[in-house]
Amino acid sequence: MMLHTVNKSPFERNALESCLRLAASGASVLLIEDGVIAALAGTPAGDRIAERAGDLKFYALGPDIDARGLGDRPLIDGVEIVDYGGFVDLVVAHDAVNTWL
Amino acid sequence: MKFGIIVNEGPFTHQASDSAYRFAVATVEKGHRVIRVFFYYDGVNNGNKLSSPQADDRNLVKLWGELAAEHKVDLVVCVTAALRRGIKEEILADGFRISGLGQLIEMSLAADRTLVFGD
Amino acid sequence: MAEDQPVEFDTQGVKKRFMFVNRRAPYGSIYALEILEMVLISAAFEQHAAIVFIDDGVFQIKKGQDTKSLGIKNFSPTYGVVEMEKQDAEEDDDMDMVWRIIVEKESMEARGLSADDLIVGVEVLGADALSALMDAQDVVLSG
Repeated sequence: MMLHTVNKSPFERNALESCLRLAASGASVLLIEDGVIAALAGTPAGDRIAERAGDLKFYALGPDIDARGLGDRPLIDGVEIVDYGGFVDLVVAHDAVNTWL
Repeated sequence: MKFGIIVNEGPFTHQASDSAYRFAVATVEKGHRVIRVFFYYDGVNNGNKLSSPQADDRNLVKLWGELAAEHKVDLVVCVTAALRRGIKEEILADGFRISGLGQLIEMSLAADRTLVFGD
Repeated sequence: MAEDQPVEFDTQGVKKRFMFVNRRAPYGSIYALEILEMVLISAAFEQHAAIVFIDDGVFQIKKGQDTKSLGIKNFSPTYGVVEMEKQDAEEDDDMDMVWRIIVEKESMEARGLSADDLIVGVEVLGADALSALMDAQDVVLSG
């Protein structure tokens, strides 16, 4: 199973959109850097993520959420926050990493 | 597990180098090995010893060099990308070496996991 | 460190499936060219490769690129070398190396292009088929 990472905001780039179009069932998606913006509740990206919430697992990198002052904002359901240690564990647990830039 | 990391962007302008560095640190803290970090595209600028960030901010060039020394991480700057961007031996920071693009492929063959940090 | 002191890994007999993901148009940035350089280097290692064009990446292999007025080198003919490496691998029974050049159908059509607009022969895969292929890769390299 693949671990996909998305590092750009859905408002800036189509990386998340393309990732969600091409990620195979059972894969995981980790939002990092500006990509954590997609985890905010109430944005169009949330709908895209919700469409795949049944067959993909979603994660967001906590340090990137905190850095952007988003720790006090409601996040969409089903996104698990991980730290860098958790990021490493995710990479170990998956067969390969697909970086969407 | 053995990890190979590719860094596509230079220090500061994009978060890629920071993210890659933090990931590398977490990797060794978890008991794994980073066998090589390959700096490609503008990533070669991470090997520029002339980088002088503000004193109260992180110094990525030094941080990479210290990681290399402490954990025997092979830091490779791609020669073709480096030449384009004016990164030469005489300004190469401690811990880095310049070598060919084949080192990236070789790293990916030797590593259990390869990941890319970029823009 | 004044000299290149090689750090050796034992990769004898290792064969992996590489995917090179191209998602950006050419010339607006260097990613297209430098990924291409990576693809060509990988031939020397006789690895499997899927060279994939998604989103604006499809423009990297668009016919008729004329960069004269920009003064930037037109590197699109180099994709022909990729095609040749692929064909050589197919024809050489002793070589265990499978290369595929793939365009995502949705990306190509959204941009009003067809396979006839492209400078190399490509497999056009829909998102589902490409998704399955992507999931099967050992190493994914993005630029």
